[in-house]
Amino acid sequence: MDIFLQQLINGLVLGSIYALVALGYTMVYGIMQLINFAHGEVVMIGAMVALTAIHALAGSGLPGPVIVLLGVLVSMPVCMALGAGIERIAYRPLRNAPRLAPLITAIGVSIILQQLAVLIWGRDYLRFPPLLPESRFHVGGAVISALQIFIVVLSALIMAGLWFLVNRTKLGRAMRATSQNPQVARLMGVNTDQIISITFVIGAGLAAVAGVMVSAYYHLAHHLMGSMLGLKAFTAAVLGGIGNLAGAMMGGVMLGIIESLGAGYIGDLSGGFFGSHYQDVFAFFVLIVVLVFRPSGLFGERVSDRA
Amino acid sequence: MNIFGGNKEKAWIAYFAIGALLLVMPFLINWGLGRFWLRIIDFALLYAMLALGLNIVVGFAGLLDLGYVAFYAVGAYLYAILASPHFGIHLPFWALLPLGAGLAGIFGVLLGAPTLKLRGDYLAIVTLGFGEIVRIFMNNLDRPINITNGPQGINLVDPIRFGEFSLTRKHEIFGVTLTDLHQYYYLFLLLTLATIFICMRLQDSRIGRAWVAIREDETAAEAMGINTRNIKLLAFAMGATFGGVAGGLFASMQAFVSPESFTLNESIAILCMVVLGGMGHIPGVVLGAILLTALPEALRYTSDLQQWLFQKVYIDPANLRMLLFGIVMVATMLFRPEGLWPSPQRQRELTDREA
Repeated sequence: MDIFLQQLINGLVLGSIYALVALGYTMVYGIMQLINFAHGEVVMIGAMVALTAIHALAGSGLPGPVIVLLGVLVSMPVCMALGAGIERIAYRPLRNAPRLAPLITAIGVSIILQQLAVLIWGRDYLRFPPLLPESRFHVGGAVISALQIFIVVLSALIMAGLWFLVNRTKLGRAMRATSQNPQVARLMGVNTDQIISITFVIGAGLAAVAGVMVSAYYHLAHHLMGSMLGLKAFTAAVLGGIGNLAGAMMGGVMLGIIESLGAGYIGDLSGGFFGSHYQDVFAFFVLIVVLVFRPSGLFGERVSDRA
Repeated sequence: MNIFGGNKEKAWIAYFAIGALLLVMPFLINWGLGRFWLRIIDFALLYAMLALGLNIVVGFAGLLDLGYVAFYAVGAYLYAILASPHFGIHLPFWALLPLGAGLAGIFGVLLGAPTLKLRGDYLAIVTLGFGEIVRIFMNNLDRPINITNGPQGINLVDPIRFGEFSLTRKHEIFGVTLTDLHQYYYLFLLLTLATIFICMRLQDSRIGRAWVAIREDETAAEAMGINTRNIKLLAFAMGATFGGVAGGLFASMQAFVSPESFTLNESIAILCMVVLGGMGHIPGVVLGAILLTALPEALRYTSDLQQWLFQKVYIDPANLRMLLFGIVMVATMLFRPEGLWPSPQRQRELTDREA
């Protein structure tokens, strides 16, 4: 039972990170029906930039959490600029092209970002310095670290803020209008190009935060971390119903829990044939099962028809 | 298909000249550029086969498959497992290549059956996931029963043998010395030509026209009485089949397979060849494959250049290779979405749309 609880907690933490990244996919998809393949790489760049800043500040004598916060504050604008740049260069010129075209440029962009990361930071892992408090709490036989609690709480706060932004502000209304019908939104005086750009920027900002969280959680960052994370977050977005913000959050948390419970129990269930190194496979099975049986996701409307 | 247009005799002369050139090509390359480049030409032919296979899925049927390398891997591993000391089984290649093609085809159907009703971009992600799953399994199926030998891969895979004539040994024929690379060149050339022939016949067939119809408008195609699900499945299976054959050839030529050869980057490289050459146009795809096999190899010389200029290698050529693929994909889509050598029909469509 205590193992179950522990895996549940791990899953919740992992899931909160997935949810943050999934929001980036789902926002872009909701507004322009495009899978922003490069989003996972934006997360990676966010982590790398933040880590570089953190390493530079590590000797400055500032308290650990402040340094990490500064790292986030450095990496967010970098990622936001990157997000806007990707949209401007790779997606905007292709808005009226056949569907395959932006998808192919998206893959190209993610490859370019990956290789740029290798050029800048090399192929080695970047270590996350031990700056954050290591305190642990025991809850019913399971252990929770302060970092884990912090990740879950911060993700929840960010998601609440995003929900407020989309549902209660003028910008949010413009975003929803653009997503429902760009032509009509333009007629109503919404600058849809700008709204799409802002959507990319917000998604990239969330990606930067998620990148720092992932690297703090696993104590490292490297140039390949983005692709797998991006895929899983995309799965989370699909699981919750792509285009649906609340769905992305729920999907992220659910996927995190499925994954850690699955990895924890697969060994016992399969009589030792499969081990926890098959953890990455779960996300794909979830993805395929969801797409086959309920392509609209758990909380989405029917959107599976070919557009 | 008469790619040279105009009068028939001239076309025949051109075909004859190309044929002669292809025959002496390995000697010219070996003499002019050395064995290293001969090997690259062999690989270019292998990639041409792969790209032609992927072209059926992406170019003809318009289904973006990002896990194509999985089928290549299935073919390669099947060959390696059944023709190496790993299990002590040594089946001949003429049994293994069709077997690999068949198994890859079955994998294609397995992947396609549940996913083909999805929209294009979902399909891309699912196939990408499938490719990764296959790789994860290859990496981990060394326990509890050692099937794939995990990350170390399988060594000492049998070469292709016609009776006593093993392709890895040197042979003297009519006073000409043929090395292993020459022999593989002729084998690959033959199979590439066969692939091109099959692709051309497929393209002009009822099935090929159905694929194009689905690519252009699935709903309309269905209304015309095309069984879209089966026809799409067929595209997947056919594409996978070519991947499986190429995989077997790869395993026998390298005498070694490991999961490292079948990463997502490899899928992307093959896709890039199709995109650059011209989706759906056979000569274009072959051109794309040759260009994108040779270009990255030429990039190797940049490390010498860097060494000479700065006394240090700043940019690793392997890194440049992937960077090149990324840039090619973005640039092609932005500036020349029809590819370098598009089919006349496709070019018309794309320019019409802009007008």
